Amino acid sequence: MAITTVPETPRKPGRPPSPYSARPQRTSLGRKVRDNLTGHAFLIGAVLCFVVFSWYPMVRGIIMSFQRTRRGETTWVGWDNYSRIIADPSFWTAWQNTFYFTVLALALGYVVPFFVAILLNEFRHAKGYLRILVYLPVMLPPASALFLFKFYAYDPSEAGLFNAILKALHLPTSQWMQSPEMTMPAMVLASTWMNMGGAVLIYLASLQNIPGELYEAAELDGAGIWRRIVHVTIPQTRLILALLAMLQIVATMQLFIEPLILANGAGAEDSATSVAYLIYQHGFFQNDLNGAAALGVIMLVVLAGFSAVYVRLTAKQD
Amino acid sequence: MAQDSGTRTLISQSQLSRGRGRVIYWTLLVVVVAGFTLVFLGPLYWMVTGALKSGQEIAQTPPSLFPKDPQPQNYIDAWNNLALAKLLFNTFYYAIGAVLFQLVFDTAAAYSLSKLRPIFGNVILALMLGTLMIPAMVLIVPQYVTVIDLPIVHINLLDSPFAIWLPLVANAFNIFLLKRFFDSIPEELMAAALMDGATSLRTLWSIILPLSRPILGVVSIFAVTAVWKDFLWPKLVMPSPETRTVSVGIYAFAGGTPMNVVIAASVIAAIPTVIIFLIFQRNIMSGLTTGSIKG
Repeated sequence: MAITTVPETPRKPGRPPSPYSARPQRTSLGRKVRDNLTGHAFLIGAVLCFVVFSWYPMVRGIIMSFQRTRRGETTWVGWDNYSRIIADPSFWTAWQNTFYFTVLALALGYVVPFFVAILLNEFRHAKGYLRILVYLPVMLPPASALFLFKFYAYDPSEAGLFNAILKALHLPTSQWMQSPEMTMPAMVLASTWMNMGGAVLIYLASLQNIPGELYEAAELDGAGIWRRIVHVTIPQTRLILALLAMLQIVATMQLFIEPLILANGAGAEDSATSVAYLIYQHGFFQNDLNGAAALGVIMLVVLAGFSAVYVRLTAKQD
Repeated sequence: MAQDSGTRTLISQSQLSRGRGRVIYWTLLVVVVAGFTLVFLGPLYWMVTGALKSGQEIAQTPPSLFPKDPQPQNYIDAWNNLALAKLLFNTFYYAIGAVLFQLVFDTAAAYSLSKLRPIFGNVILALMLGTLMIPAMVLIVPQYVTVIDLPIVHINLLDSPFAIWLPLVANAFNIFLLKRFFDSIPEELMAAALMDGATSLRTLWSIILPLSRPILGVVSIFAVTAVWKDFLWPKLVMPSPETRTVSVGIYAFAGGTPMNVVIAASVIAAIPTVIIFLIFQRNIMSGLTTGSIKG
């Protein structure tokens, strides 16, 4: 392990470079730490924070999921927490809802920003203004934006903004968050509005890196706009497309504040309960931190599965 | 804003500036500008003016476009009844502290990883970046348990601002951004400083940091907005009414407060981040895109 991290070139400050420092040293660890005391001192604050608030909780979450703490006494209980959490009647509903949200959010929040970015990239005017507009909702505190949707847009009476628009267009109005069928689409809509700006800007940056000659050549070969998108734009941006797909799956699996504020948690007929909300429920309302930790580990395993598939798919392409 | 550099995109410049292409281009531009304004600014307009309406006016059908009888009282009620001054102060205090902690510890760590070559440097960096793959919700329970009883020292950080500041230092994205920026600073500058007998700290302070102002700005802005937007973590670790952040405070009051007052409070809570965005939009957008890998 240590060999890989030995510096290739002598760069230790405050010390004349030793002619041997380029090859693996057989000095003790303590000696190496002392040799570069400032280097390690500079690192210590951040590393301590990672240890205490990130790496240790990671391990502790897994340990907790196999323990049970009752009245200050902690015992090992094997898979009990897992079987209890899976037996929760909301468990499968929560997974179903979360996957449904992820799929809808991919369809809307993943495809739309890509085409918005392609469109914006073609404009020679008002580009800065449009970019600011798209990113503006990202800067709002989510709680603020969601109260707006909850009280004004998704008002189930005809005084609500969306219903008023639907009525003006002579379309049927909706009960929004009070209808189990509309709950998820309504949450996806609010979430996409709040979050799509980031994806649009990242796509825009990667579109600007596509060499113009490729479009030129495709056009000379007689490719229309749609075929240029399919054969030039998408292949040229596929790394970013794949990366954002993964990031978005990770983000949508954590669906929490939308159900909490828009649907008061579970929503009509449990139609809004998400896995993240269930973690919150078990951990902080039912006083079952161990069960919540187990659910967290299950979520991590599911996401690791997604990542494995992702690595497979992207590795094959190259 | 017009004609940026003329690099060829999907559709050629000549096609857009002649005959039919030109007509289509301008029609599309007008439609998109109008549509985007409606979709992204419209709701904000609705929010600001809706909070000015009376309880009766908000329930009327069809809804009115302009408040007929503006009620600034809603905003005053929001400010007083929800103690927004206190909530905003708390959030601001946490945000400033988060910036300071991240600037000091993350900059030092990135500097060390980039220039000072500590042992296991690559392993430490890999472990830090690995945390980016772990969703926050997975860690929320063990993190909470850790914060209410810190290992070894056994301190309870509930209601202490450190419960917000310290976990934010463990931000791999910042360290990665800073390290990449420091990597691009030529070694010759470091060597020159070394020749002049400067210590590592002196080099960081007098050479690296002045060169890194843009990236330090990006990290600071991200730190402020992260604290301002965060919800679940501050809700858990700042449970008392006196220590709440503004989002959590509004949520706590939402049940028993008239809805126009809740919206008025939401508008006030959103003003600081919107102002930050309008001032620093260039830095924010460049920071966002340098963070991503080039396609």
